[in-house]
Amino acid sequence: MQVIEPKAELGVAVRATIKRDMTLVLRRRSEVINPLVFFALVITLFPLGISPDPQMLAAIAPGLLWVAALLATQLSLDTLFRSDYDDGSLEQLLLSPQPLPALVLSKTLVHWLLTGLPLALMAPLLGLMLALPGQSYAVLAFSLALGSASLSLIGAIGAALTVGLSRGGVLLSLLVLPLYIPVLIFGAGAVQVVILGGNAAPYLAILGAQLCLALMLAPWAIAAALRISING
Amino acid sequence: MTFRLEARGLTCERDDRRLFQALDLDVGPGEVLRVEGPNGSGKTTLLKILSGQLTDHEGELRWCGQPMRKVRTAFLANLLYLGHSPGIKAALTAVENLAWYQALSGEHGDEAERLAVLEEIGLYGFEDVPVAQLSAGQQRRVALARLSLTQRPLWVLDEPFTAIDKQGVARLEQRLLAHARAGGSVILTTHHELAPLGELRRITLGQAVCNRSGE
Repeated sequence: MQVIEPKAELGVAVRATIKRDMTLVLRRRSEVINPLVFFALVITLFPLGISPDPQMLAAIAPGLLWVAALLATQLSLDTLFRSDYDDGSLEQLLLSPQPLPALVLSKTLVHWLLTGLPLALMAPLLGLMLALPGQSYAVLAFSLALGSASLSLIGAIGAALTVGLSRGGVLLSLLVLPLYIPVLIFGAGAVQVVILGGNAAPYLAILGAQLCLALMLAPWAIAAALRISING
Repeated sequence: MTFRLEARGLTCERDDRRLFQALDLDVGPGEVLRVEGPNGSGKTTLLKILSGQLTDHEGELRWCGQPMRKVRTAFLANLLYLGHSPGIKAALTAVENLAWYQALSGEHGDEAERLAVLEEIGLYGFEDVPVAQLSAGQQRRVALARLSLTQRPLWVLDEPFTAIDKQGVARLEQRLLAHARAGGSVILTTHHELAPLGELRRITLGQAVCNRSGE
């Protein structure tokens, strides 16, 4: 039998991985809905717990929305590699002759499409409940869309590192939350600055730069972390 | 060009227990190598090392004469590894599972081919059922369908006969034999007799001395 040369068909593998993960998540809808419900619940409780005064709420709304969205993303991260690890398909993913960073990037993309993006689209609606001033809705959604992509990438590193541990949830949070802070500062800052009548462009540019950096480095870090987890 | 997997001086320690020491082995075209030993003697670990998954061992692995580190991708394109957990997604159908594995190795594959393989393995009529609804043996068969679907010269199979019925075992034995005759090679662990395969090369683990800490 002849030796088989590796086929450089990365596109096929990436497309198939995206399609597979999409199908999987859409068959278990609760995974898509849970972060959204969490997000909505937290935001609903704040006016009840603090005060229904619109001015006060408007002042804290950007930070609240961002923190709640960040925690919702964080909660959904634990499942990113867990089920693949449990049924052995993660092992097979690592044994594929395709570059692992590209494959994990496509898995992370699916996570963002089905967690970060819906959160960003839902945020303006919840902003309404917090009496967020009208001019900031677009910036809120856009900054969350950009920022949550970075959050998915950074969080995936943590998820990959803790996938081998049976109770990795708390450790995962401790590992990744410090890395989320820059994204949170500039994301909430963008919304805040629009409310105060300023220009959000510099903040959004920095969020974009953070995303670029995460896109460059995170896939390799995730791939390396998965190898470590499987090895242990 | 033919292939050869060589291991020189493999030594692996787990939790202060030496699983095997200075193990040399060669696997080339047409060979079936059976790894034997009692439970816990390191069979799975050895297979994981040979399939390039575990790297915390001493000794050297070579593929076609080149060190594994350098030719990892080329090696992986020739390897089909089936581990303890079958690597089958319960929420997907058998066809969807197989399609993903084909795509991972860079092949488009086509639906008719996948259906034919599933029929051959005895899952006709179950193609569109989520794998979660199949029995353990049927799930195992979905994983084993990959053997017929993807052309890979080197098979590393960890307990491939688990949960499979008698007919399935016979069919799998024939499949292994056909693969070896066609010039492929198989490394496997199993507690089955494997009579139809004739004389096999064997490696027996678990006779190494336990190296408890402090001794």
